[in-house]
Amino acid sequence: MRLDELLTQKKTAIIDKWFDVVADTYPADTAGFIKRQKDPFANPVGGTTQKSLTVLMDELLGEMNHDKIDSFLDPIIRIRAVQDFTPSRAISFVFSLKKIIRNQLNKSDFNDHRILAELFEFDLKIDLIGLTAFDIYMKCREKIYQIKANEEKNRTFSAFERAGLIKELPGSGPELA
Amino acid sequence: MSGPKPNELIEKIDYNPPQKGWMDVPVKIRKGMYCYASNPKSVEYVHLPHARPWNPLEEDWKLPDNWKEIVHNAFRERLDRFRSFKVFMDICVRCGACADKCHFFIGTGDPKNMPVLRAELLRSVYRNDFTTAGKILGKVAGARELTLDVLKEWWYYFFQCTECRRCSVFCPYGIDTAEITIMAREIFNLLGLNIDWIATPVANCYRTGNHLGIQPHAFKEMIEFFVDDIEEKTGVKVEPSFNKKGADILFVTPSGDVFADPGTYTAMGYLMLFHYLKEQGLNVTWSTYASEGGNFGFFTSHEMMKRLNSKMYAEAKRLGVKWILGGECGHMWRVINQYMDTMNGPADFLEEPISPITGTKFTNAKSTKMVHLSEFTADLIYHNKLKLDKSRNDNLIVTYHDSCNPARGMGLFDEPRYVINSVCNHFHDMPRNTIREQTFCCGSGSGLNAGEDTELRLCGGLPRANAVKHVHEKFGVNMLATICAIDRAALPPLMDYWVPGVGVTGLTEMVANALIMPGEAERTTNLRGEPLPGMEE
Repeated sequence: MRLDELLTQKKTAIIDKWFDVVADTYPADTAGFIKRQKDPFANPVGGTTQKSLTVLMDELLGEMNHDKIDSFLDPIIRIRAVQDFTPSRAISFVFSLKKIIRNQLNKSDFNDHRILAELFEFDLKIDLIGLTAFDIYMKCREKIYQIKANEEKNRTFSAFERAGLIKELPGSGPELA
Repeated sequence: MSGPKPNELIEKIDYNPPQKGWMDVPVKIRKGMYCYASNPKSVEYVHLPHARPWNPLEEDWKLPDNWKEIVHNAFRERLDRFRSFKVFMDICVRCGACADKCHFFIGTGDPKNMPVLRAELLRSVYRNDFTTAGKILGKVAGARELTLDVLKEWWYYFFQCTECRRCSVFCPYGIDTAEITIMAREIFNLLGLNIDWIATPVANCYRTGNHLGIQPHAFKEMIEFFVDDIEEKTGVKVEPSFNKKGADILFVTPSGDVFADPGTYTAMGYLMLFHYLKEQGLNVTWSTYASEGGNFGFFTSHEMMKRLNSKMYAEAKRLGVKWILGGECGHMWRVINQYMDTMNGPADFLEEPISPITGTKFTNAKSTKMVHLSEFTADLIYHNKLKLDKSRNDNLIVTYHDSCNPARGMGLFDEPRYVINSVCNHFHDMPRNTIREQTFCCGSGSGLNAGEDTELRLCGGLPRANAVKHVHEKFGVNMLATICAIDRAALPPLMDYWVPGVGVTGLTEMVANALIMPGEAERTTNLRGEPLPGMEE
């Protein structure tokens, strides 16, 4: 059997385990909540994670469409980029998939050269998602700094405006992207 | 080659946090999650003790030598004074109903933001200092001594609560965790440990009348600037009155509406609405002294809240008005609805509010004499007193964020929705467990809307933004309406990060855009200067 087929058969179990890995990056009490609460509005972290991982797994087993990977990886990284994670911990869950997949294989599979070659290829796809995760993480952090900078600039601008120092420009604000 | 093998290295990598009891996890004050310490000048100005420069990230917080005694005495005094506080300390059975209801817990994933655990931070010291079981059994009974680390933990987490009270909706005993936060913050103020985003607005409000310290002439100038802007966009020159003795109604709104976008468009909306109603008999005046609806004293101490709240009633008395109309504000309404009456009331010198246009008696405001603009507007629309062109808002697909205080604090759920549905054609509510009494906080209330704690605000706003994202994707929602000035300031960056493409508006801005003013020129743009539907070039 080819690796793709094997993984497709076990897809649900793999996604469940992957989900648990993400949840377990939080303290135990929080992890329990993230796993237990199924309402996506009561549990946005869990809901977003579930949705994202399912699509990512489909892409790993399918087309590896970059836009789709980007748009479904974004929400989960966006959350982790504001939470109490170091950058490496924020994106670590992507690479944890390698271990999860290996645990799904039988010992004999590791003697099968064809499966090993496919596993190597699959790892490269995971790496690609990991790199995309890094890009998204940086994009989110830059957005946070931009929000902070905009708030500061707007505040300063308003102060000058109120002081009558820039009266010739009524109604205009600092042009920031 | 010696050294660990790859598989050994992999086994050692552990991304999971350590499994420890909460008392054994020390507090780590993280940048982006706290607000700067109060400016000593602001603390001094309102005569609060122990004003000094200090930095939460430094080891030494420069506390007074007897800080433990101060905390202990303050704790005891509040247990005696507030029966509710004593009851809340005693009756929690840690059932966990509140645990996962807090937007800060959901957003940060930090268990110490579970309302039960946040309260437990204080309760553990209560047990140690004030209960026999705690004194004898110590940690076994959930008690612990007050140490500097415990105080720092209190400070960090009680400034990660917006006092929104969502958790209290789910508590079978009705414990109001916000009141526990209120007590903790009162104690901080006795040690000079307030945050500046609260302390300076309090001092400004006390001295000048509003959070920003805008003096009366500048306040008036800003509103006159709106008058010009309105004339430019509608061809109608509105004529607001200021500090007018003998006016029927005093209008009080948060100063944020006058000085911060997009609240300024809501302020223009107020001016247009009042002008429209003038001929029908509305005699309303703005005050340049009671120029703040918000009350950050509420986040400081009961005494400070009373002090700041009294200003608007003193001004109502000075001007001799009949009653007060309040603008789109959040916690102002919590203060009015829950505290004012026993704090500065009853306002006997005022009359029971009656709409001069419709004759409706606002019996709900019989004692406080203060009516919410949404109630007032809903009543006008119900009685067909406003000529509206809904199609002017056809470019908007709107959802409504129930601001915590008007919603949970005073039960204002249907009036704002009635107004929205009367002035626009496309409205979609967010999922049921995220609105009305279960509304998720913006994450920036109770004085936390600073710039330095952006990460905290984004975490706290996640559940709200997540629900907005749902209606954005499902119905194409592009505008989030709200009736709170903090919301209008806090939600735009929140949307920018979580749901780009969704703007933020006050209710009255939408009303004013739809309002057909007598003698108006052809309206081609809305108050923001954007082309009206059908007027695009």
